[in-house]
Amino acid sequence: MEISENCVIKTEDLSKEYRLGLIGSGTLRSDLQSKFAKMRGKPDPNLRIGAHEYAKNEKFLALDGINIEINRGDRVGIIGANGAGKSTLLKILSRITSPTEGQFCYRGRISSMLEVGTGFHAELTGRENIYLNGAILGMNRTEVDSKIDKIIEFSECEKFIDTPVKRYSSGMFVKLAFAVASHLDSEIMIMDEVLAVGDMKFQKKCISKMRDLAIDENRTILYVSHNMNTIQELCNRCIVLEKGKKVFDGGVDEAISMYFGGEKDEFYSFDYNEKRKNGCDRPDIDLKHVKYIGKANNFFHDDEKLSLELTWENKADIPNLSLRIEVSNIRRQPVTSYIIENFYSGKKGETHTQRLKLDISKIAVGGYYTRYVFYNKQNATSAFESVEDAKGLTFNKRNAEKYELPWNSGWGNVMTEGIELVD
Amino acid sequence: MIKFYLKFSCYGSEKMQNDTITLVTSKRKWFSVDLKELWRYRDLAILFVKRDLKNSYKQTVLGPLWILINPFLSTTVFTVIFGVIANISTDGVPQFLFYMAGNILWTFFSNCLSRGTGTFLGNAHLFGKVYFPRLIMPIAGVMYYGLTFFIQFVVFFILVLIYMFTGSAVHINAIALLLPVLLLQTASLGIGTGLIISSVTTKYRDLNVLVGFGVSLWMYITPVVYPVSQIPDFLGWLAYANPVAPIMETFRYAFLGSGSFNPVYWGFSLCVTAVILLFGVLVFNRVEKNFIDTV
Repeated sequence: MEISENCVIKTEDLSKEYRLGLIGSGTLRSDLQSKFAKMRGKPDPNLRIGAHEYAKNEKFLALDGINIEINRGDRVGIIGANGAGKSTLLKILSRITSPTEGQFCYRGRISSMLEVGTGFHAELTGRENIYLNGAILGMNRTEVDSKIDKIIEFSECEKFIDTPVKRYSSGMFVKLAFAVASHLDSEIMIMDEVLAVGDMKFQKKCISKMRDLAIDENRTILYVSHNMNTIQELCNRCIVLEKGKKVFDGGVDEAISMYFGGEKDEFYSFDYNEKRKNGCDRPDIDLKHVKYIGKANNFFHDDEKLSLELTWENKADIPNLSLRIEVSNIRRQPVTSYIIENFYSGKKGETHTQRLKLDISKIAVGGYYTRYVFYNKQNATSAFESVEDAKGLTFNKRNAEKYELPWNSGWGNVMTEGIELVD
Repeated sequence: MIKFYLKFSCYGSEKMQNDTITLVTSKRKWFSVDLKELWRYRDLAILFVKRDLKNSYKQTVLGPLWILINPFLSTTVFTVIFGVIANISTDGVPQFLFYMAGNILWTFFSNCLSRGTGTFLGNAHLFGKVYFPRLIMPIAGVMYYGLTFFIQFVVFFILVLIYMFTGSAVHINAIALLLPVLLLQTASLGIGTGLIISSVTTKYRDLNVLVGFGVSLWMYITPVVYPVSQIPDFLGWLAYANPVAPIMETFRYAFLGSGSFNPVYWGFSLCVTAVILLFGVLVFNRVEKNFIDTV
């Protein structure tokens, strides 16, 4: 198996198969009973009534042909719904279980933290546990010796380090455990939702520690989490798994929006009459259709304008309609709004198609949700009469190569140019 | 899981990075014990021994003294029941020494066996969360019990010397030099058997229930509480078909001078031990890769 120079993990058609139903019954006697019953063509006496009898060869693919190449220094987030195969993938990569099909190879050492404090022993003191846990995770004595001061300092447990950990508070326990794991020397670190330990301050510390390891020491990190904030803070690449298959591999924002909304690139046109009736429910406006003009995807590059076409039917006479298009980021936090007021008046029964062009040049790279809010403003000072919203199209902002500065999603959702040097 | 090592020169990075390439496949190899890796994890084995030592005698007043109290108590019980009440011959050797020899060696064996047996089920939680060579667990067990045996043996040896100089019919002979081999053999036999049972019990736990019973039964067919000379002739071969019997007999012959040393039986036992250990490691190897899915 070939592995390129900068690649640290490479998997080839990695699959993991599990048998459905009970794996045997755990006792030899009932297994034999079942076997004899089957031989004589009688029903299995050990089958629970009402239980679905799985065909003998019914299998479940927890992982289905995963091909990944991870490069040195990558901070890869792995996301997906429960049962998507994330943990199975981590288990295979950390060699806890072996793949049913396929192979993978890795460069250097892998250490895995699938749980905080694995192998901690309640009777041992904090210091002894550092040695034991360090050894379980693959450090030898001299390595721990050289790092123990840093570990203790990081854990914020100096005072209690010679007390058995059974007397620790749960917070101290996880802090100590994480401190050990974060001081490993291994080139590849695999973590399953372990950064969310301790208080907010400690969590921040953990994440920045992991980032520093990856950036300063060129370590590779694989991180599974359901917490998108952490993923966004830590990772620079994201893999989305769905039902054991890799469905996306690339930028963090796109991955997260995909995981959240499930909308694909094809979400560039939407018919409100059809599948979902979460359109505009106003008594006067019935939103029928929305689409991006002249596009077959929802990617917009650089200065490209977002050309939108909305079609609605007037269910009543409408004077002075106003529209607000709200934009929120993938974490559903509002970013900005586009407002156009008193742009339309219509009679009952008419169907109107309105084309709009939005300037999104200041919006940073990433995926966004939109929402259309129709409202009436009788005159300049009156309050909004009613606000009803409709789920809108999503769009993905991309940068072309001409921008030399890659925008980090952590910097915010708006790119401004409003800074000048003043003498 | 096959692994091979390729060394690459380090490039670019200021920090030395380990560039060993490890390949993991779904294909199985018959024998894939990575001794190099085991050696790398030696500190872990030592730490497990320390953990066990600390854990066994936590919050006890007498602490590690229990390592000695235990065999003394059970030897006393043996002496009273089998020596005084049942009046089984000990070939002229002081009863206490006779039973102590059998007791500490058998305890070592049965401890190794039960530690081997518990490898998978007892450590399922740990094995399910982190990778390290699984064989470290039984090895650490042997080291721990080896250590306790050693402490008990030192006391036993001192007792033997005391008895010798007070004129009892006890004499140490040159066979005593075989002690390291005997211990290795005992440990291998115990662990090998344990690993086989452990590998089988990941799926069928029935055997686990049997182990306790089996071990005490095994003790009674082994000359622990009686000398080989007391076995009727027509059962003699049966006693020696049991690979622990020659170890026991040799050990007692070496340090107490009772019974005899039979190189043929002992050699046979050595072969059986080797086969069991090898087979144990092989099945262990096969099971360890996926046991976490069925345990």
